[in-house]
Amino acid sequence: MKSNDVILHTVTKFSAVIILTFSIHLFIAGHHQPGGGFIGGLTTASGIVLLLLAFDIDTIKNNIRVNFINMAVIGVIIAVLTGMLGLIDGEAFLTQSYGDFNLPIFGDTELATAVLFDTGVALAVIGTAVSIIISISEDAN
Amino acid sequence: MCLSWLHIVILLPIAFTITIPFLYKYFNKYVHTGWFVLIVPILAFCGLLSYIPHIANGNTYMYELNWIPSLNINFTAYLDGLGLLFSLLITGIGALVVLYSIYYMKKDREALNNFYIYLLLFMGAMLGLVFSDNIFVLYTFWELTSISSFLLIAYWFERVSSRNSALKALLITVFGGLAMLAGVIMLAMMSGTYSIREMIGQVDIIQGEALFIPSMILILLGAFTKSAQFPFSIWLPDAMEAPTPVSAYLHSATMVKAGIFLVAKLTPIYGGDGVWFWLVTMIGLITLLYGSLRAVRQTDLKALLAYSTISQLGLIMSLLGIGSVALNQNVGESAALFQIAMFAAVFHLFNHSTFKGSLFMVVGIIDLETGTRDIRRLGGLISLMPISFTIAMISSLSMAGLPPFNGFLSKEMFFKGTLDIAQLDLFGLGTFGMIIPVIAWIASVFTFVYSLILIFKTFTGKLDRERLPREDVREAPFGMLIPPIILSTLVVVVFFFPNVLADYILKPILWAIFPSTTLDLDFQITAWHGFVPELYMTIGVVLLGVILYLTIKRWNTVLKVYPEKLTLNNLYDASMSGFESFSARFTNLYMTGSLRHYVIYILLFFILVLGGRILFSDQPLFSSANNADVTIYDIGIVIATIMVTLTVLLTNNRITAIIALGGVGYFVVMFFVIFRAPDLALTQMVVETVTTALFLLCFYHLPKLGKQIEKVSFKLTNFLIALGVGVMFTVLALMINGHRLFPSISSFFEDAYELAGAKNIVNAILVDFRGFDTMLEIAVLTIAGLGVFTLIRLQIKGK
Repeated sequence: MKSNDVILHTVTKFSAVIILTFSIHLFIAGHHQPGGGFIGGLTTASGIVLLLLAFDIDTIKNNIRVNFINMAVIGVIIAVLTGMLGLIDGEAFLTQSYGDFNLPIFGDTELATAVLFDTGVALAVIGTAVSIIISISEDAN
Repeated sequence: MCLSWLHIVILLPIAFTITIPFLYKYFNKYVHTGWFVLIVPILAFCGLLSYIPHIANGNTYMYELNWIPSLNINFTAYLDGLGLLFSLLITGIGALVVLYSIYYMKKDREALNNFYIYLLLFMGAMLGLVFSDNIFVLYTFWELTSISSFLLIAYWFERVSSRNSALKALLITVFGGLAMLAGVIMLAMMSGTYSIREMIGQVDIIQGEALFIPSMILILLGAFTKSAQFPFSIWLPDAMEAPTPVSAYLHSATMVKAGIFLVAKLTPIYGGDGVWFWLVTMIGLITLLYGSLRAVRQTDLKALLAYSTISQLGLIMSLLGIGSVALNQNVGESAALFQIAMFAAVFHLFNHSTFKGSLFMVVGIIDLETGTRDIRRLGGLISLMPISFTIAMISSLSMAGLPPFNGFLSKEMFFKGTLDIAQLDLFGLGTFGMIIPVIAWIASVFTFVYSLILIFKTFTGKLDRERLPREDVREAPFGMLIPPIILSTLVVVVFFFPNVLADYILKPILWAIFPSTTLDLDFQITAWHGFVPELYMTIGVVLLGVILYLTIKRWNTVLKVYPEKLTLNNLYDASMSGFESFSARFTNLYMTGSLRHYVIYILLFFILVLGGRILFSDQPLFSSANNADVTIYDIGIVIATIMVTLTVLLTNNRITAIIALGGVGYFVVMFFVIFRAPDLALTQMVVETVTTALFLLCFYHLPKLGKQIEKVSFKLTNFLIALGVGVMFTVLALMINGHRLFPSISSFFEDAYELAGAKNIVNAILVDFRGFDTMLEIAVLTIAGLGVFTLIRLQIKGK
């Protein structure tokens, strides 16, 4: 199908950057403000879906060379493995810990293992959502 | 509270499985994968050896590791005499079996990665089973052994018979396992603890409970199915479809003894009770007799060994029953006799592992070298395979109960135990106690006969090369002979030095089985104790056995009189096909393939259950006490939502409908915003966006939304169900707000900042408080994604 959607393409290019940046913000903000792995992941997925809708699937596949199914599986594995971190400490499975650290550039920063777990969640969500959508749209073609 | 050496022993085999695919892929061309695997059981075995002196001094070890502390399930590793014997068998025979398998499984023909992963999985599960103190952890490992056994039996899965046998073993053992789970739950309820050691401390309370007998019977079901006791024994002969190393390891030396382990482990709780005694002893004796009678008729060497294993397991089981009498208060002075019977049980268990393990290995060698294990085709192998013959001879005669082999010692002790119990006047034994030694003796005669068949039909007589599938029959490679040689050496060594084994390994087991009784452990195992009844019994076994063996052709047909139709296997087959056709018919009844029907089922169920509950409750339905004030915004959004919903219903254009459906979602987002739930609003908004996009993608597949004229009844059904669900939800929402049955849990989460260091409560719940839920949710999500992916991909490829 020949498409001539200059406006859509241009707007998408800008807004995709905004959406993807915002999704990273949402992901990091999750500890103290609204956000988190699930929402962050879904927002990223929605950004990719927007790209998919505006451009065609091959363009996206060529530019984002990620196997999304693998990404989902890696996400789950990360979540399980970070859950096991607590075991080393003699704590129960999935015990999260946190602490304040004085880092060179960021200053006094709070670091939490929950973020690692959340990374797994985000990857699983992005991977699953995008791979489902890509599969279905490939089917449609 | 942290990982101990014992935990590592359990987890090492399971952890090692991760390396197998890589080892297999990159190194199997040069080195057989089995050599790497061999390290694991050897390491564990050597480590466990170091515990022997401590255990022999009466120490026990307990290491606790929190697993699911909120459910009181801890991964407690507990090492006592019983656990030590079993773990030594598991790792010791495990090492020998792995060594043997290196020669048995050809590295260029077999899928060794699967084989060793299953084998290590089994090893870890079995070690976990014998070390667990928490009864639910024990149960988990118990089922894991069933699963790994299933995988190993079905190792040659391209064969129909392998698959069927694996399924049979799984169904029977898991049936028993589930019964056992019910029994274990009852036991936990009665004692109020999940720790077996603590349960043993509460024996007095447990024995008075009403659930005492039901829980005992259910747990015994588990033990009997696992240890192939009559009438659940039918899975074991079929399990011989597995490769011979597996048969030697799982189905004779270790896994089938898990039932025996459980009975021994729980004897302190149930022992001394009449029902326990009769069930364990009689089922054991019946199995002993049944197995030996069936074994005599077999023509396949492995089938013969399988029935012989069933029979020997029955022997050990009956000894456990006899030994449990020692815990009864009325038994008096003869308690020491029955403690020795219990000792005989574990002694025979050890002996059986040695001689049966080596016999299986020899049969595997014969099978491999000649291409057959049918005794009608074999014969005269003695000149070709002299070493195998020697091993088979030693092991078979030990099984038959002859000196100078270890089987003689434990067999004599078994006879003594049956004679002792027959003289006891307890549990109604006085009237028909004599039946016990009689059954034991008859079964032993047939054991003797099949042991002779095993040696002489295979190794002596005329060698008929034309009937053997392979031409170049010769002795097995030396490495393959090492494991059976080690085992058969043990058979002889144990006969001459039984008390070394007894003092260091076997007697500590009695402390574990009889924790609160004073034990007289000064007894010695002697081969010669004068002209006592048990010696006459053995002599009788030998005389009659030889006569029966010589005249086998005359009487063997008598056993075939029993009609094939009435066998247990036929019962199993008939019930399996019955179940299958019934479930197929039942499933087809409601699985119509119409999505509309399924949605109707779900919604109707919802309406009926909730509606019924509301109808029959006598509480006031609504209370407006907790309701907030309705603002003008609320009314506005409600009206807008209704309008958009009507658009979905009334439009003739599918794109309009999809976008309007998205609109409904966005209005819900607005509700969340008004009610100050930013996380929910964000999530809902993104989800709505993504699903609308998804819907648009599916648009291609959907039929045109035309003006189809449906029947009135069709529309009426839809209308009624929709109305019902709507009303139900409204009522439900109003009711929930009116009735606060429990205090709100939100106060707990208000402490999120102190507990989890997070100011965002919602996220603290997701990743920390309820992290387990989240983990499983993303796992489910990923599995669903994989499902969609594979379904569509397969369709695209046109499969």
